[in-house]
Amino acid sequence: MSKVAIRPESFDTQLRKRRRWQRMLLRDENLAWDIRRVGVDLPSSVFTGLTGGATLMIVGILAFILANILWNGWSGLSWRFVVAGTTEDMFDVNKAGVFPMIFGTAARVILMTLFVIPVGVITAVYLTEYASPTSPVTRIIRGAVNNLAGVPSIVFGLFGLGFFISFVGGHLDRLFLPGTAEPVWGKPALVWASMTLAVMTLPVVIVATEESLRAILPGLREASLALGATKLQTVVKVVLPQALPGILTGGILAVSRAAGEVAPILFTGAAYYMAHLPQSLTDQFMDLGYHVYVLSTQSPNIELTRPILYATVVVLLGLTFALNVAAIVIRSRVRQRLRAMH
Amino acid sequence: MPAPMDPLVKLDSRITVGSTEDHASHAPLIEVKDLSLWYGTANALDHITVLIRERVVTAFIGPSGCGKSTFLRCLNRMNDLIDHVRIAGSVHIASQDIYSHEVDVIELRKRIGMVFQKSNPFPKSIYDNIAYGLRIQGVRDRAALDEAVEKSLRDAALWEEVKDRLHSSAMGLSGGQQQRLCIARAIAIRPEIILMDEPASALDPLATARIEDLILELKKEFTIVIVTHNMQQAARISDFTAFFYLGKLVEYDTTARMFTNPARKQTEDYITGRFG
Repeated sequence: MSKVAIRPESFDTQLRKRRRWQRMLLRDENLAWDIRRVGVDLPSSVFTGLTGGATLMIVGILAFILANILWNGWSGLSWRFVVAGTTEDMFDVNKAGVFPMIFGTAARVILMTLFVIPVGVITAVYLTEYASPTSPVTRIIRGAVNNLAGVPSIVFGLFGLGFFISFVGGHLDRLFLPGTAEPVWGKPALVWASMTLAVMTLPVVIVATEESLRAILPGLREASLALGATKLQTVVKVVLPQALPGILTGGILAVSRAAGEVAPILFTGAAYYMAHLPQSLTDQFMDLGYHVYVLSTQSPNIELTRPILYATVVVLLGLTFALNVAAIVIRSRVRQRLRAMH
Repeated sequence: MPAPMDPLVKLDSRITVGSTEDHASHAPLIEVKDLSLWYGTANALDHITVLIRERVVTAFIGPSGCGKSTFLRCLNRMNDLIDHVRIAGSVHIASQDIYSHEVDVIELRKRIGMVFQKSNPFPKSIYDNIAYGLRIQGVRDRAALDEAVEKSLRDAALWEEVKDRLHSSAMGLSGGQQQRLCIARAIAIRPEIILMDEPASALDPLATARIEDLILELKKEFTIVIVTHNMQQAARISDFTAFFYLGKLVEYDTTARMFTNPARKQTEDYITGRFG
C-alpha cells in the first residue's frame, strides 16, 4: 500500500478558504457548529521549525565531516593503498598500504561478535526467563549492566590488560607452558582485544535481547509449557527463534560501537607496526583506528602523510559501514524467514 | 420412623461429588480437596472440594473473576509459573497427589493437555505446531510424526481444510481454525485430560459450534474440563456443571439438574440471568 502524503495547506489556501467560509456564514444560522480553523497555530509552526532545524543541523554536520574527509583523503586513496601491506615506510603516501589494518580491525570485530552474542544472549535469557523480576539479585545484575554501559572505554582497556592479559593469560602460561621464557598468552593479543571489546559491548547486546524477549507473547511460552516442554526447550525452540532479529540488532549496535573504538585495544592487542598479518589468536594486530592515531602523531613528514591519514579514515568508515551492512543483510534474511511463518 | 434426612448433608454431597446415580460408569479421576489459592494476599480460591469423573465433559461456569480459570490452571500446575502464588489443599489425579514433591511437573503436563482462551499457535508451520509436543519428547521418526499429525488434525476436524498446506504457516489460518489447531496440538501427545479455558469465547457462532461438536466427539476418548462463561454452551456440551462465585464453589451437579432444578438460589439467579 502506498502512503498518501498529507500536505499541510499553505497559508494562502487557508486564507482563501476562510474568506469563502465567511461568505457562506452570512447565510448560515447554525453558528453552534462553527468548527473552522482560525488563523495559524503559531506554537506548532515554531516547534516544527525548531525540530526540523535540529535535524537539519545534524545532517549538515555529518555531511561536512564526510565531505572534509573525502576531499582530503581522495588523493591518498587507491586500490594499491587498500590491498598493499605495510612496507618499510608506512608514512609515505606512495608506498604505504592499509591491508593489515583492515584485516586486524575486521578480525577483532568479528571475533568480538562471537564472544559477545552468546554471553549477552544467555544473560538476557536468565534475566527475562529465569530470574524473578523483583528479586534483589536481578536488580543488582541489571544495575551492573547499566553501569557497564557508562564506563569510559579506556577503563575497559585497563581492565583487559589487568584481567585478561595478566590474570587469565598469565595463569594459562604458568599452567600449560611452564618454563617458557617468552609469554604466549600473557601478552597483548587479538583474542584479548576482542574479549575486552566484547565486555564493553555486552550491555548493548543484553538490553537489545531483553527487549525482544519481552515482546514475545506470553501465550507462546504457556502453550509450550502446557505441552510438557521444559523451560529450556521452550526457550530454545519457541522463544529464541522469535527473538533472533532483536538479538541481531544488538549485534549490529555492538559492531558499530566496537569498530571505531581504539582505547580498549590500546593495551590489549593493537600493534604500532607488524611486518606480517596475525597468524594466530595470540598474535598482536594492526588496527585502522589506532593507525590513524599513529599517522597523525608519529609521522616525520606530516605533508607526505596527510593524504594517507585521511584515506585511512575513509577506509575505516567504509569498513565500519560494510560490517554494518553485512549484519543488516543477515538480519533481514532472518526476518524474512520468520515473516513467512507469521 | 426414620429420622428426616439432614438437607445440608445431602446438599454438600451434591456439591462435592456431583450426582452419582446417572454416571456410575464414569469413575472419578480428579479429586480436589479443600483447595485454596492466594495471589499475594488476595484469596482467589476458597476451599474448593470437587470430584471430576473420567471421559465426561465437566464445565465450570461463573461470572468473570470468580476463580474458574485459576482453578483450571491448578489442575496442570500452570499457576506454578506465577510469582507469589500460594496454594493449600490437595489435588489428586488418579490417586496421585500432583502437588507432591515427587511429582514431575513436565510429566504431569504431558498427561494433561490445555487449550487457552486466546488461540496461541506457534509461528511455525501447521505441521511443526502439531509435531512440537512429540518432538520435545524425542520423537524423530518421520513416519510416526506424519501419522500423529494426520490423526490429530482429523480428530480436531481440521484435516480436510489444511491437508494441502501442512507446511505453510499456522498464522495464516482463521481464528476458529487456529483454535482447532491448538486442540489438535494438545491431543497430538495423547493426554488423558484436556483442560479448556474459554476455548470459544473469541470465536463467531459458526466456529463456536464446530468447537462444541468437536468437544462432544473428544469426550469419548478424553476427560474434558472446560471453563466457560457462556451458560448455553455449558448446557449444550457438558455432563456436569460447577458454578463458581467469588472464589467459592457454589454448586456442582449433573448439567441436567443444574439447569432445571438447581439446589441453591444463587445458582438459579445466575443461570436465569438475574446477575453475572
